[in-house]
Amino acid sequence: MADPTTTEDLGPVTTLATPIRLDFEFTPGVAQSRFLRGLEQGKFMGQRCPTCGKVYVPSRGSCPTDGVPTTEDVALANVGTVTTYCVVNVPFAGQSIEIPYICAQVLLDGANISFMGLIQEIPADQIRMGMRVEAVWVEPDQLTPSLESVRYFRPNGEPDADYETYKEYL
Amino acid sequence: MAERCAVIGVGQTHHKSKRNDVSIAGLVREAAKMALADADLTWTDIDAVVIGKAPDMFEGNMMPELYLAPALGAVGKPMFRVHTAGSVGGSTALVAAHLISSGIHKRVLTVAYEKQSDSDAMWALSVPQPFAAPLLAGAGGYFAPHIRAYMRRSGAPEYIGRMVAVKDRRNAMRNPYAHLHIADIDMKMVEESMMLWDPLRYLEACPSSDGAAAMVLSAEDAVSGHFPPAWVHGMAMRSEPTMFAGRDQVNPRAGRDCSADVYAQAGITDPRRQIDVAEVYVPFSWYEPMWLENLGFCDLGDGWKLTESGATAFDGDIPWNTSGGVLSSNPIGASGMLRFLEVAMQVRGQAGEHQIEGARVALGQAYGGGSQFFSMWVVGSDKP
Amino acid sequence: MSAAASAAGRTNRPVSVASFAQAHNVRRDDEHNEVEMLMPVVAEVFGAIGITKDDVDFICSGSSDYLIGGPFSFVTALDAVGVWPPKPESHVEMDGAWALYEAWVLLQEGEIDAALVYCFGRSSPGNLNEILALQLDPYYVAPLWPDPVSLAALQARALIDAGKATEEDFAAIASRSRRDALSNPNAQVANDTPAQTLLEDEYVVSPLRRHALPPITDGVAAIVLAAGDKARRWSKSPAWITGFDHRIETHSLGARDLTSSSSTAMAAQRAGLSDGPVDIAEIHAPFAHQEIILVEALGLDDTVAINPSGGALAANPIMSAGLIRIGEAASRISSGQARRAVAHATSGPCLQQNLVCVLEGE
Repeated sequence: MADPTTTEDLGPVTTLATPIRLDFEFTPGVAQSRFLRGLEQGKFMGQRCPTCGKVYVPSRGSCPTDGVPTTEDVALANVGTVTTYCVVNVPFAGQSIEIPYICAQVLLDGANISFMGLIQEIPADQIRMGMRVEAVWVEPDQLTPSLESVRYFRPNGEPDADYETYKEYL
Repeated sequence: MAERCAVIGVGQTHHKSKRNDVSIAGLVREAAKMALADADLTWTDIDAVVIGKAPDMFEGNMMPELYLAPALGAVGKPMFRVHTAGSVGGSTALVAAHLISSGIHKRVLTVAYEKQSDSDAMWALSVPQPFAAPLLAGAGGYFAPHIRAYMRRSGAPEYIGRMVAVKDRRNAMRNPYAHLHIADIDMKMVEESMMLWDPLRYLEACPSSDGAAAMVLSAEDAVSGHFPPAWVHGMAMRSEPTMFAGRDQVNPRAGRDCSADVYAQAGITDPRRQIDVAEVYVPFSWYEPMWLENLGFCDLGDGWKLTESGATAFDGDIPWNTSGGVLSSNPIGASGMLRFLEVAMQVRGQAGEHQIEGARVALGQAYGGGSQFFSMWVVGSDKP
Repeated sequence: MSAAASAAGRTNRPVSVASFAQAHNVRRDDEHNEVEMLMPVVAEVFGAIGITKDDVDFICSGSSDYLIGGPFSFVTALDAVGVWPPKPESHVEMDGAWALYEAWVLLQEGEIDAALVYCFGRSSPGNLNEILALQLDPYYVAPLWPDPVSLAALQARALIDAGKATEEDFAAIASRSRRDALSNPNAQVANDTPAQTLLEDEYVVSPLRRHALPPITDGVAAIVLAAGDKARRWSKSPAWITGFDHRIETHSLGARDLTSSSSTAMAAQRAGLSDGPVDIAEIHAPFAHQEIILVEALGLDDTVAINPSGGALAANPIMSAGLIRIGEAASRISSGQARRAVAHATSGPCLQQNLVCVLEGE
């Protein structure tokens, strides 16, 4: 029978669970909206910096080195080069892809910045730096202004790009 | 014009995967009280408190310095909160040091912490954002491709990463505060550990820890404490954008510029010869050879050779991370401050079993974000 | 206080607000992301004095991840400046007023001459009543989810019970603030409504009626700080910071006298506010009743024009509203409308943490 005058013998409380759920409405902004609208059309839209001429995809609205708005839209190719990659073997909450999978930096032809993409239709141990890949889109009636419009990238059969052509993007 | 600044007290918690024996306030007080005791001071001797930690979402408290003010004796004082991603522990110490060197305060308590077990850190780093593909699994997935790029560029053999993983964990055996104590660690154990983000294996990655670090910094005319002060000889921060065309993510310019700045202040022209010991933010094994190059300890492409030669080992000529480093304890917000604190301990001669005999000049480095935020200091046993 | 004398609060080296810019404050900017919100303001703060990013030696920003809804929100915001080549740069998870303090400290040291400070407060993406509850003690208070309006109402009630204010006073402050805001082109809420009419508002949380609450605001701001000769070269009439200090109180509301602000009084004393009269005060009082507490703590008499910009009742972009107060005060000095001014920023529930900046013209 516990002593009614003290709770000492009940021991320390070591955990207190406070569930926190917060909902946010994000704003993509002008430049990212152009990119998202491009995805809805089944194409990659980048933007060029008026100062340095580099093409960003997706652009967040500014050239990160010049600090000026990127305003000129540039339609980019559907193909690109894997500059580098890793093979993800870690399960985590919200993961929708079966592990292991390839997470690669893809440099689209015509762009000056790589972005992260999922590589499929190739065993994880056969991916290489320099591999040429193409985007695989969802069916035309499934296209939305989101990255979900791009199912993944896959090897397109072209010979690997020469290291010299992409080493400055590493 | 700047006033001299000294480290006169250090404190840290026993870092563990779960410190559910203490609250957040209890955790930071554990480190702060130890630092005050080391400086032979009490809470009332402190003029201001500067606190740092990584994203608030790790614990679920927004701007937790508000809640922590009374626990850190800050009531009625200035309390300042820094957040510069992974480099935050280092930048927090620098903000505190500037309060001294600017002549504004005489004694400043600086604290950094993370209680990662209070929430799911992996989740906090991967909050679903509508404009990004949910591909990454925490920081390892971000950094692994850059590690692969380094291996390609330098031609480093794949076992170099494992060597660092073994070296830092063996060093941790000398540090009673380290989170990981893996007595029988060896190359084979690392090689057999699970491949998480190819090319990174489980034992080549940092743990997730609860922990805190604290230091008391003082002006020259307010020095006290049980050990001689560690004098700040140089301090610098540099940032560059996360992503831009042609960015060198393996050897970022912000890191090179930051070290050039801090070396110039400290009169260092040959870091390998002039620096006795360094604590450098290496959360994934390969960042040792990468930062050896970035910090100018060797020529470009030679970092892995230095690691392979044993130069960075405890008995090498430039021991790196004798405390076990981030690979052995990683309370994220505090990890950078632990680097700064450990080098202060070295030049004060209070590092116990992981003390490098006769250490007089030491470098602490922290980095964060996508290898874009850097903070560094050089401390010495001699007055600058 | 340590045994050794402390110079906290007073200026050793003359440093001034050389330029200030802010976005037009709105309820919700659903067109621009943070980078796009900041870019024109950063361009304006440089352009107004004819300098570029290359002319500043240090950058410091203030913002909160929880407001934006994602970790590391300050990281991409930096793209609005273009930090290349790399620069010394830092960030505080606080209002931009504290980012300005950090830059001021570095300028005091004498190693650098100019700094850019910016902040972005986007209050609209989430539910502020829920988000701000996470500022409270995570074990004993936050799990109860007390919202910031209710906490402010507790404070307002205490003020009324102490005989220090009435609901009519709150209405008068709101009426004056929004009338003054009519001359502020960046104000979000500006109108000429008599206090008597405002008293017909419903209570949101008694004793606070709608008019006594701040609006929810998206807004960004930036300041260029410059020392000595550089300040004089860049600006015809820089606003010199003569005193700068901030102090915090305990977190436990039950342990504080909510009807006064000891930390504001202490910061004002350290900053030398009472060394001379001020013409205007820009006070960060998100709730109308808080102005009464702060005016008393700052020791201002009725000759001082309070919040000529309309203050936080006209626009309250969280994490920016404090820096904007300093910018508004500096602008009035630079334009010659004021000779000496005080600006104030606050953080935390019921004015827990307060900052005071004293500015003077030539």
